[in-house]
Amino acid sequence: MSMHRLSGCPGCAEPLEEGDRFCGVCGYALSSPPPDPDPTPTLPVTPVTPVTGPGYAAAGPAGAALVSAPAARGVPAGDTAAHPGGAGVPAPGWGSTEEHAPTLAGDVSAQPGGDGPWGSAGPGQETPYGSEPVRHDLPGGTGTPPGGTPWGPPAAGEPYAAAPQDPAAAGEPQGPAAPGDPYAAAPQGDGGKTCVACRAGHVDTDGYCEHCGHAQPRERDHLEEELCSVAAVSDRGLRHHRNEDSFAVAATALPDGSAATVAIVCDGVSSASRPDEASAAAAGAANEALLDALPRGAHPSEAMHGAILAAAAAVSALAPQTPGAQNAPACTLVGAVVSGGVLTIGWVGDSRAYWVPDDRAALPRRLTEDDSWAAQMVAAGLMGEAEAYADVRAHAITGWLGADAYDLDPHTASFRPDHPGVVVVCTDGLWNYAESATDMAQILPADAAARPLHSAQVLVGHALDGGGHDNITVAVVPFAAEPEAVREPAAEAEPEAPVRAETEPRAEA
Amino acid sequence: MANFAKPSAPRFSVEVYQNEFLPAGGRDVHAIVTVTSTGGATATRALGRDAAVVIMVDCSGSMEYPPDKMRGAREATAAAIDTLRDGTAFAVIAGTHVAKEVYPGRGGLATAGPDTRAQAKEALRGLGAGGGTAIGTWLRLADGLLRQSTATIRHGVLLTDGRNEHEEPAVLRATLDSCAGRFTCDARGVGTDWEVKEVTGIASALLGSADIVADPAHLAEDFTRMMENAMGKEVADVALRLWTPVGAEVRYVKQVSPSVQDLTDRRTAAGPRAGDYPTGSWGDESREYHVCVRVPGASVGQEMLAARASLVLPGPPGGPQPPLAQGLVRAVWTDDLAASTAISPQVAHYTGQAELAQAIQQGLEARKMGDVDGATAKLGRAVQLASVSGNADTARLLAKVVDVVDAVAGTVRLKAKVADADEMTLETRSTQTVRVKKT
Repeated sequence: MSMHRLSGCPGCAEPLEEGDRFCGVCGYALSSPPPDPDPTPTLPVTPVTPVTGPGYAAAGPAGAALVSAPAARGVPAGDTAAHPGGAGVPAPGWGSTEEHAPTLAGDVSAQPGGDGPWGSAGPGQETPYGSEPVRHDLPGGTGTPPGGTPWGPPAAGEPYAAAPQDPAAAGEPQGPAAPGDPYAAAPQGDGGKTCVACRAGHVDTDGYCEHCGHAQPRERDHLEEELCSVAAVSDRGLRHHRNEDSFAVAATALPDGSAATVAIVCDGVSSASRPDEASAAAAGAANEALLDALPRGAHPSEAMHGAILAAAAAVSALAPQTPGAQNAPACTLVGAVVSGGVLTIGWVGDSRAYWVPDDRAALPRRLTEDDSWAAQMVAAGLMGEAEAYADVRAHAITGWLGADAYDLDPHTASFRPDHPGVVVVCTDGLWNYAESATDMAQILPADAAARPLHSAQVLVGHALDGGGHDNITVAVVPFAAEPEAVREPAAEAEPEAPVRAETEPRAEA
Repeated sequence: MANFAKPSAPRFSVEVYQNEFLPAGGRDVHAIVTVTSTGGATATRALGRDAAVVIMVDCSGSMEYPPDKMRGAREATAAAIDTLRDGTAFAVIAGTHVAKEVYPGRGGLATAGPDTRAQAKEALRGLGAGGGTAIGTWLRLADGLLRQSTATIRHGVLLTDGRNEHEEPAVLRATLDSCAGRFTCDARGVGTDWEVKEVTGIASALLGSADIVADPAHLAEDFTRMMENAMGKEVADVALRLWTPVGAEVRYVKQVSPSVQDLTDRRTAAGPRAGDYPTGSWGDESREYHVCVRVPGASVGQEMLAARASLVLPGPPGGPQPPLAQGLVRAVWTDDLAASTAISPQVAHYTGQAELAQAIQQGLEARKMGDVDGATAKLGRAVQLASVSGNADTARLLAKVVDVVDAVAGTVRLKAKVADADEMTLETRSTQTVRVKKT
């Protein structure tokens, strides 16, 4: 899995190597740059090549993306929240890819199929939640988001151009090295890196500044990955000292040669030990299992079920041999597989998947049902949704992967949307700031299907603007409804319908 | 007893126990740093040419009252000489209001072997009691003798039976300051007429152990054990180096195991933002240090290195000293109250052990001043702490000074009559700690 960051230094265009926290030439802090003192919203920058697949290596400036001036992490909440979908503050310090979307070679699936009739009904024929559908997301019976559609096609991209660069938010007077003076800052060549916190000390081999002692950004603090058919972004957030989320995205082929896309997102349980390792192990194992099963022609729903079991085994294997010695590592998992016109979701815990149709007039919906206290209360009819989610116990999860989850109950659901859309697969670090499907649809850029990476960045930026209280991870998977002709062969596999749709809350231990 | 399984040079390892989580606005970072050296003492070499030892025996007039003190001192010194490894440089000093060389004399050191051991023991027969006590003179002579040796392990053994009456306290203090870092020294008080603070002060300044040998008959046994311990030392002049970030302040550094020893004021600068605290010489052993650093505040979600604790050997002046081992003390700010309010079991335990030592010293002080209520409160608290932490040795010593009514609640009554030896033993050993109980 190739986790990548910027391919070139935003300050001086020097190609970067994996793991670089600073530009080797100009000393530009790549992970946590200070607010740009320049009131102009964008810096003259070097084009950055979007990454189009694993195994990508830093390349020349072939791409067309512009990188905006990095936004301050400390942009006050509410400053940008007033611009739904316009929170052009992507991952902090990462520069949002602007305007000119990267051209994704071979990106077929991401093209919104302009031919398909937008289904105005629900996204799928099936009710994935069994006989008692719990649909929190229906906005008052109307298929249109409240307040109309703020994303008129002509305005597409426009809201994102004006990345809120509040000069007042520029707390730190010292900017990155001016592009014209790339040699002004920092040592180079000796492997010494300058601390991002005090900008005075060198970074020691153990990752701390030898001057002010501050921990330096770690690779997992901010990760982005983009394939032709899926993109994901993970960020530490603003209140946690490490990123305990993890994700895996992959593309593979079915036996018939058609493409299949996999996205897995996991959230480590903070109260358990080594949650970061748990989420990484789960995402990796689930991804591997799907990449093994799907090309062999396994039913996606069963492949997803198997992948969750594999992930559970991988997390359980992290637990110490002596039971009870410490809190066993644990995490949640949500995964999406797009294959042959079918969308398959699987999950354990409170990480979620949302369906947002490309036609924003159509109804978005949530595809997962949390394994959480609040969801159980609502499902059991004991509490109203508002009341349940306001409770301090709301986020206590009742299902997870880990050695101490002895009653593992993987949920899977399959859908056959008749219109194109985007699947948003995310941890609660995002959905805490856009709980309902309608909210999620509002903050998702209108061109999400065409620019999944940018959209994922925007979603992460939205959560950071809201306070970034948790780690944030989101994968954006465009789904192109297949033309009827193409769908024909798959139609025989129609019993796809509500394959294993389980929502009964688990009895909590 | 050579142990070929271990390399001859000792290896150090550092472990850090702490709760790194601080609440918003929290600044004090506590950590227990455990230092273990292995491979030193058991890899006994054929020759002790890396060690030099000077034995200082009190020969003041009081040593003849009762006469078994002088006899015990002679036997103990002979036992210590028998314990010397072949090749160890050694000398014996008779201490009164002046210091005299007993063996080998002429300002030199002898090399331990069958002949020199026999000669040294012969010379001990000539030891007689008479004169005063000026311990500074003994230490200065020992320092002069040890300076002639190139041995890395330089050690002294000092035995006294009385107060340092023939010397200004300031002179002794200045002598200790000048000797500190040049050699280490164990100090023993025999009988009950000596001053606990003097003996523990000498041991503390010279990074050695202090103890009471109330009965002279036990001296030989104690000297043998002390010399075995000295012979087990493999590395000298090891320093605990603390690096702290800009704006941070080291509030204290204490050795807390095997005994409480405050090192805070013994810091010497060692490069930018770093300071060295002396730990003396090491054999096969493990010691623990309580480090408290006050760091500049940072916002929730930030992580900082509060201190880097490493062990260093003195190197060539100005040259780099690669650390023998190091550990990291971290600070992570969180809004998770459960995380930030937890106390590391190790920090809690040694905080309690340090308080135990202090409660004993304050309680005995109050008792001497006739403050019954103060003494009862302090010693009661000490009984409680000793009981909770499982420090059975100290609890036993306390029970000789107070009648314990309820150890858990810390309810005690002062004993009406307490033997001097019991009180002095408690005071001398008040700093002895026990390790964290395995749960």
